Amino acid sequence: MADPTPWSRASYPRIARLYRFQWEAAQNAYVLLFPEGMVQLNVAAGEILRRCDGKRSAGEIIADLRAAFQSDAIDGDVEAFLRSATQDGWVEWRDAVSP
Amino acid sequence: MARRGEPVSSVPTTAAVPLWMVAELTYRCPLHCPFCSNPVDFAKIKSELSTAEWCRIFAEARALGAVQLGLTGGEPLSRPDLEELVAEAHRLGFYTNLITSGVGLNETRMRALKDAGLDHVQLSFQDSTRELNDFLSSTRTFNLKRRVATLIKDHGFPMVMNCVIHRLNIDHVDRIIDLALEIGAEYLELANTQFYGWADLNRSQLLPTREQLERSEAVVAGYRQRIGNRLRILYVISDLYETRPKRCMNGWGTTFMVIAPDGLVMPCHAARMLPGINLPSARDASLREIWLDSPAFNRFRGDQWMPEPCRSCPEKGKDLGGCRCQAFLLTGDVGATDPVCDKSPLHARVLEIVNGPRPPRPEIERPLVFRTPENSEQLLATMTES
Repeated sequence: MADPTPWSRASYPRIARLYRFQWEAAQNAYVLLFPEGMVQLNVAAGEILRRCDGKRSAGEIIADLRAAFQSDAIDGDVEAFLRSATQDGWVEWRDAVSP
Repeated sequence: MARRGEPVSSVPTTAAVPLWMVAELTYRCPLHCPFCSNPVDFAKIKSELSTAEWCRIFAEARALGAVQLGLTGGEPLSRPDLEELVAEAHRLGFYTNLITSGVGLNETRMRALKDAGLDHVQLSFQDSTRELNDFLSSTRTFNLKRRVATLIKDHGFPMVMNCVIHRLNIDHVDRIIDLALEIGAEYLELANTQFYGWADLNRSQLLPTREQLERSEAVVAGYRQRIGNRLRILYVISDLYETRPKRCMNGWGTTFMVIAPDGLVMPCHAARMLPGINLPSARDASLREIWLDSPAFNRFRGDQWMPEPCRSCPEKGKDLGGCRCQAFLLTGDVGATDPVCDKSPLHARVLEIVNGPRPPRPEIERPLVFRTPENSEQLLATMTES
């Protein structure tokens, strides 16, 4: 399935309206909550989504993750995750910083 | 870097955390649906937990790791302190789900619930037609529910539409899906009646035929193809038509905790009727003690309790022996293999039910027993006599 919204590294991702993202100490994990359901996120997914606040572009998020994990080889993985998260409806995009 | 999060339901629970807590705030309800999951003897439960008691329970559940909170009943809007309870649950970090018939939801309360931090509303319909909706609920509520749906969307809530499916409305599944699309629901739960409590009393009238079930499954599949993700349809068929049991409540005492209006803590909605299980009360003990140490919650954890054929079955890790309430209702033994399984020595009882003769117009041949306080009192009297 194609991405429902086209986006580039210059676009701004944020958690979609239907979802709530939060840290759960009991699970030692970030989770996505939605009506009567929950997705427990692995470390990588949590670190990416934590940065999807509508204020940082995809490019800025990737740069930030590279610095945080001291790795230059993560771009493809982050983009692949953002694509699938967009398809699942977890992430929405703006072309500019949301107000 | 791993790509995806894993949905919780698909992974075995290693450390059991009651992720899902259902708070049955009251058994008062303006509707009288004959498939209600409340206990048939609900009329004997008079003493509801106070606001302060609920708030303490929410805090204890949150400390155990509970994250989803279902506020239900009865009709939860019958509690005038609902807004206060939602606000406290929200403050504690719960994702709050209001599970309602819509009766009592007006603009003022909707706005107060929004301000309190409510996350989602699940609205029930009994059918896509006013006639059957109003007959089944024994109320004139169809038009009201339509208005409430608009109110829910106007306030920006995600909305799940729920419709319990059975012999009398299963042929309307297409129109029920159309209704969900029309009111703008994000999810539609088409939940075939499971036969406990009130539904069990009305089983011969409510159990669909195999032909009806197959037709409805085809209709749902067609809609799913056409509408894609616009509306997610959850279609759960009646266990009785399966040959393997469901992994009931994701496993006894693994994920779910239901608190009854009087504070009884249960592993599932129907557990109150199980004999020999001494259900603990949140009024007498902390949720931590109840969840970890009570004999009731430990009774069917793991596989030590399992009889044959479950004990040596390669699939026991999948369904965990099935549903305890169903096993009890169909075999008289809480610890039996769920007879839905075709490996059960008593599976013939299930086949007898689904293949047995049906009256042509069940609701006329044998009247439905509606969930009313009067009927509950009467059933209670019969139960006490016997």
